[in-house]
Amino acid sequence: MFGWTGTILRVDLSSGKILKESLDPGLAKTYIGARGLGARIIVNEVDPTADPLGPANKLIFAAGPLTGTYAPSCGRYDVVTKGPLNGTIAGSNSGGSFGPELKYAGYDLLIIEGKAAKPSYIWIEDAKVEIRSAEHLWGKNVPDVTDAIRAETDDEAKVACIGPAGENLVLFACIMNEMHRAAGRTGVGAVMGSKNLKAVAVSGSGSVVAADPDAFKQAVMKARRKIQANPVGGKGLKAYGTDVLVNILNSVGSLPTRNSRDAYFPTADKVGGETLSANNLIRPKGCFSCIISCGRVSRVTDPKFEGLGEGPEYETAWAFGPACGIDNLDAVLKANFLCNELGLDTVTMGSTIACAMDMFENGILTLKDTGGLALNFGNADAIVELTKQTAYKEGLGAKLALGSYRFAKSFGHPEYSMTAKKQEMPAYDPRAVQGIGLQYATDNRGGDHVRGYTIAVEVLGNPVKMDQYATKGKAELVKTFQDLTAALDSSGACLFTTFGIGADELAEMLSAATGVPYSTAEFMKIGERIWNMERLWNLKSGLSAKDDTLPERLLKTPIVTGPSKGRVSELGTMLPEYYEIRGWDKNGVPMAAKLKQLSLAGA
Amino acid sequence: MAKVLMIQADKCTGCRNCELACSAFHEGRFRPRLSRVHAYTWEREGLSVPMMCQQCEDAPCVAVCPTGAMHRNKAENSVDWNKNTCIRCRMCTIACPFGNAVYDSESNAIIKCDLCSGDPECVKFCPNEALTFLEGTIAVRARKKAYAAKFKEVS
Repeated sequence: MFGWTGTILRVDLSSGKILKESLDPGLAKTYIGARGLGARIIVNEVDPTADPLGPANKLIFAAGPLTGTYAPSCGRYDVVTKGPLNGTIAGSNSGGSFGPELKYAGYDLLIIEGKAAKPSYIWIEDAKVEIRSAEHLWGKNVPDVTDAIRAETDDEAKVACIGPAGENLVLFACIMNEMHRAAGRTGVGAVMGSKNLKAVAVSGSGSVVAADPDAFKQAVMKARRKIQANPVGGKGLKAYGTDVLVNILNSVGSLPTRNSRDAYFPTADKVGGETLSANNLIRPKGCFSCIISCGRVSRVTDPKFEGLGEGPEYETAWAFGPACGIDNLDAVLKANFLCNELGLDTVTMGSTIACAMDMFENGILTLKDTGGLALNFGNADAIVELTKQTAYKEGLGAKLALGSYRFAKSFGHPEYSMTAKKQEMPAYDPRAVQGIGLQYATDNRGGDHVRGYTIAVEVLGNPVKMDQYATKGKAELVKTFQDLTAALDSSGACLFTTFGIGADELAEMLSAATGVPYSTAEFMKIGERIWNMERLWNLKSGLSAKDDTLPERLLKTPIVTGPSKGRVSELGTMLPEYYEIRGWDKNGVPMAAKLKQLSLAGA
Repeated sequence: MAKVLMIQADKCTGCRNCELACSAFHEGRFRPRLSRVHAYTWEREGLSVPMMCQQCEDAPCVAVCPTGAMHRNKAENSVDWNKNTCIRCRMCTIACPFGNAVYDSESNAIIKCDLCSGDPECVKFCPNEALTFLEGTIAVRARKKAYAAKFKEVS
């Protein structure tokens, strides 16, 4: 096959059985790859009511057909599974070189089943696949296990692994590859830990071939030019990283502050991308085939928070910063480095600490609960300390490891958790940007921005600008972004390519790479199919329309200060329209006509 | 004057677009292992360094070649390899002090940068100007000035 390698690798950790299966060309065409194809396999093979941390759950590493080619910034892979944080068909995507290497080894997807009897890792060297003991690696942090596995395999091997957080089944543990790249959200690292799987290491000497190399090169050059000409894709992200958004979102009164008590943080600039570039940035870094280079290699020299690593992304700077009332960038960076080393999702970690701080300030948590730690907003030492405690489930960390929803509920106050479907929402306040609130409420993996990034339109004006406070037209906007992103993720592309290109260019590159003619309309329809398929599975897992909501604070308590003072989320206005545009009934269930149109009838 | 391919490692982000462009151009497929350029990344330090044939003026690979297959092309300021006169002794791969010439058993060829006959594909695909193809004298000046500019920043 072209674009795809045509082979799926299946490893059963319970029996030790290793299978190589042919990729069904029809399925590949219909679901593209990565997120879509991975989700299709989960839907077919995993009971929606299965225990996410039980052996019946499966963990899929899935690359897209553009992964491993020079399509710009299209080297990503998805981890797809039933997520432990909220039970949805979850997953998370990551960059680096792991996805491309999996394809050069000869596989589009790696499906991991069962549970190993002892700590193990999988070593893939082209056709040779082994399950090896990881008993000597258990407990090691991400950089150390990466080095150790390379020492016993290949020093250029690409290693995706979990840190102590994944081993300890922290519900928001992530999977890290090449030390700093994270499949960060939904707790995919805990699923890996539950299977006693410490790492997957890959070395591939093979290739990916485009169906029409000349047409592909032309489509790639066109896409590159458009991204490079875009002020965000071409310059902004490289100069300041995603952290440039701190000042932008603060200036429009949409920076959730102190666990969303407010949406404006006067000293936000101290943790923004401009400050980062001036004080901590060593150099920008790019994932495989990336022309955007938003990655940050950063250093902190203050002995208290000393470290060298990558970050922070905007979401991280916000979660450990304004969300916790903190404007100390060195502390934020230290917490970020720790999350990378221990294998924790920075968004959920920071937001869960913010939730605990809010509860502490309101007297719900006491010094007895926190082990003597004064958890007031602004305590920069606390974010570092609690991150460590969480990874090892020590002290208050044992409860923080459950995420903010279960944490707050265990003290009888779930309303303090800023989550949608039990996953922490990212750094955009739905009271100030209406469309993103609808996105959070309806996202198939819960509180999440990257599967429907309406901020591009509502705040950044890319490719067009809509009023952030308006509700009109937002249901359509959310649907369009959700469908586009589902197809984009499935091709292997990075979301940031949309700062320059869209469905037209992606469909053109996909067609030339695979030889399957994808029109823009077909590409968008595939995205809609994936979205509906994920939705159906979630409904079967026990979720319903009542879960398509936001925390009461965002629906009822107005923003206190800043440009968006007085605003609340008007989710109730947008949600019925969204269901209607989606072809779902008033209970949020996809109707027969829609399923037929998407060839999902009977699914 | 012939151009030279200049590497500025401090500008490299480790994206490996150079490897993809190289293998697509020379091999018709995306196969980084067969690329003539490799960008190596040290993840703990966050540092990436592209490595490729430097087209040495006094090239050990040329000196050691018993048949003249590896030879200096004065007009292009390059070191070229002739597959017809090469006896595949692989002495050049041993002689190169940088490991920038390798032997591929599949294609039975010496793999090293040939500057794409004067229009290097990797340079076109490098998004960071870590690889540039410049007139020899200009190249030296550009690099000097880039470092000299650091004094401006601290003045």
